[in-house]
Amino acid sequence: MNIMEIRWHGRGGQGAKTASLLLADAAFMAGKFVQSFPEYGPERSGAPITAYNRISDERCSIHSNIYEPDYVVVVDETLLESVDVTAGLKKDGAIVINSAKSGEELRPLLNGYQGKVYTIDAGTLSRKHLGNYFPNTPMLAAIVAISECVEPDAFMKDMEEAYSHKFADKPQVVKGNLGCLEETMQSVKAQM
Amino acid sequence: MSIRDRMSGNEAIATAMRQINPDVFAMFPITPSTEIPQYFAKYVADGKVDTEFICVESEHSSMSACIGAEAAGCRAITATSSAGLSFMNETLFVAASARLPIVLAVACRALTGPININHDYSDSMAERDSGFIQIYAENNQEAYDNYLQAHRIAETADVRLPVMICEDGFITSHALENIELESDEDVKAFVGEYNPENYLLKEENPLAVGPYGVSGYYMEARVAQAEAMKNAKRAILDVAADFEKTFGRKYGFFEEYKMEDAELAIVIMGSSAGTAKAAVDELREAGQKVGLIKVRVFRPFPGEELAKALSHVKAVAVMDKSEGFSANGGPLFAETASACINLSERPKMIDIVYGLGGRDFTVAHTKRVFKHLEKIVATGEVGETYIHLGQRDDREEVL
Amino acid sequence: MNKRASEINEQSTWQELTTGCEIYEAGTSKLTLTGEWRSKVPVWDAEKCRHCMLCTPFCPDSSIPVTDGKRGDFDYDHCKGCGICYKVCPFGAIEWKEVH
Repeated sequence: MNIMEIRWHGRGGQGAKTASLLLADAAFMAGKFVQSFPEYGPERSGAPITAYNRISDERCSIHSNIYEPDYVVVVDETLLESVDVTAGLKKDGAIVINSAKSGEELRPLLNGYQGKVYTIDAGTLSRKHLGNYFPNTPMLAAIVAISECVEPDAFMKDMEEAYSHKFADKPQVVKGNLGCLEETMQSVKAQM
Repeated sequence: MSIRDRMSGNEAIATAMRQINPDVFAMFPITPSTEIPQYFAKYVADGKVDTEFICVESEHSSMSACIGAEAAGCRAITATSSAGLSFMNETLFVAASARLPIVLAVACRALTGPININHDYSDSMAERDSGFIQIYAENNQEAYDNYLQAHRIAETADVRLPVMICEDGFITSHALENIELESDEDVKAFVGEYNPENYLLKEENPLAVGPYGVSGYYMEARVAQAEAMKNAKRAILDVAADFEKTFGRKYGFFEEYKMEDAELAIVIMGSSAGTAKAAVDELREAGQKVGLIKVRVFRPFPGEELAKALSHVKAVAVMDKSEGFSANGGPLFAETASACINLSERPKMIDIVYGLGGRDFTVAHTKRVFKHLEKIVATGEVGETYIHLGQRDDREEVL
Repeated sequence: MNKRASEINEQSTWQELTTGCEIYEAGTSKLTLTGEWRSKVPVWDAEKCRHCMLCTPFCPDSSIPVTDGKRGDFDYDHCKGCGICYKVCPFGAIEWKEVH
């Protein structure tokens, strides 16, 4: 069975766990079997946290943490100095980091990781489209575009439906979110 | 038709509770079970259930309130974890001996100390002799399905015992996964109404519950309760058979995974069984005759059936996710070993205590266990029978 | 059909007990004749009694019957001989005697 494994790094309160739930939702809508779970402990705002996704075509029975992820998402760039975010990351996988810097600028902080490094300026993108610092939305689009765990066009269609339902009375919010996803995906493609 | 959805184990259990619409939910929060009453409070606020939702001041009180409500003729439920379950201890014995079919959801979590909020079975295993039926789940689907079966098992006339529906704290309770839900109507039809023959609020028939029993009666009362637990075995299989007929998902006392020709086997519970299945698959692909048994029903313990399932195996590792401090192995090992004692050809058997307080259990760990069993069979020497797995250790590792 | 408490005793087998030892009727304490436990006995003097009703609520075994606002003689089947009624009677209308 082919299982895609993704690890998220963030800080308590930044929404890395929520982002992993959103990714699971997107994959679920696309017909996949999903797992989304954080590494649990007492909740400490600002402390490094890890969350995980497994995405597969059949139900995955494994319930351990993920030690050799296919992809890693770093929601907070400052973690690169304190957390070994590329630990176990597969060489033919990729890491995507929320940063205004380029992947090559950040590579020296990645403990010799040889695989692909993407960066997404999630702060700028979310402020532009959503009017505030919501890094989850661009990071979600980035990991979908990079991993193709969900077919990107189907993903955009599902998200449009979900946002239209959730923000039925706020069409500008729907538009903002979709614009943010779209521009993030373009940014990823430009780095491929 | 099942409904494809995705949710956590806690939400799955809360959903089952909503569909059953019990009369009383006495709640007190504790991690990681808190979400269950949290979801349920919303159902109450949204008018989706007409349950009397009582916020009490402790778990001793939540179980006491359930005892009162159930004796009054209601379907009464609650949920808890860890220290909360320990604090219920006295009242659990009251509920079981008064033969009140309460259903208690437990998100299993380690007991202190050190203080820890993560998963193992030290809470539920400490209550294994309370007289509650205990049913364990591998994932959110099983937690939901077990909950749907619980009331019927508990309320069976010659059983009338309370039930613990156990899920793994955080690993199952908080992880979002796919699930097949059943429709509200189908669930209601399957679970049915609760119509006890005698209850405190039955005006025409006064009733006293929980009497004093001097030595002249206590032994008989306990034998009757022990017989009810034996009867629960039949009830559990009957309800499971009807569940399979109705919803298509099959349950028994335990699940045998690739056991037909297995020479090496592990006996394991809960979410770890899922992880271990992946290891069994990999080893089978490499040509090894390995299998596993996932124990679903721990009380009543299916000793005879389990012994039969293990009788053809050469070596067994029993995996205990709680430390019994017996200096001789954990509770699952004690049960499994005693179940096999009268087999004419017994497998060699060891106990492995693992995963305490949220220590992760992986596919690689499982393979190490099978490798150790292989060595036992090859040498004919059992060696140490009480082994810990996954701790940092300055001694040479046994596994 | 629920079993009556009078049908259960210390010769009953476990199969003959009720589920959870439930009791399906009220007033089963009447079945146990605690009067034979007495070592001393209160004796009511109807002449001296003013029917002040102080003894009745103090009796722990409900062994002082009251009819139409007046107490009657003791229920000696259930009076355990504790002597509280004798202590609380303000009019000396209860004597406290040896049984033998």
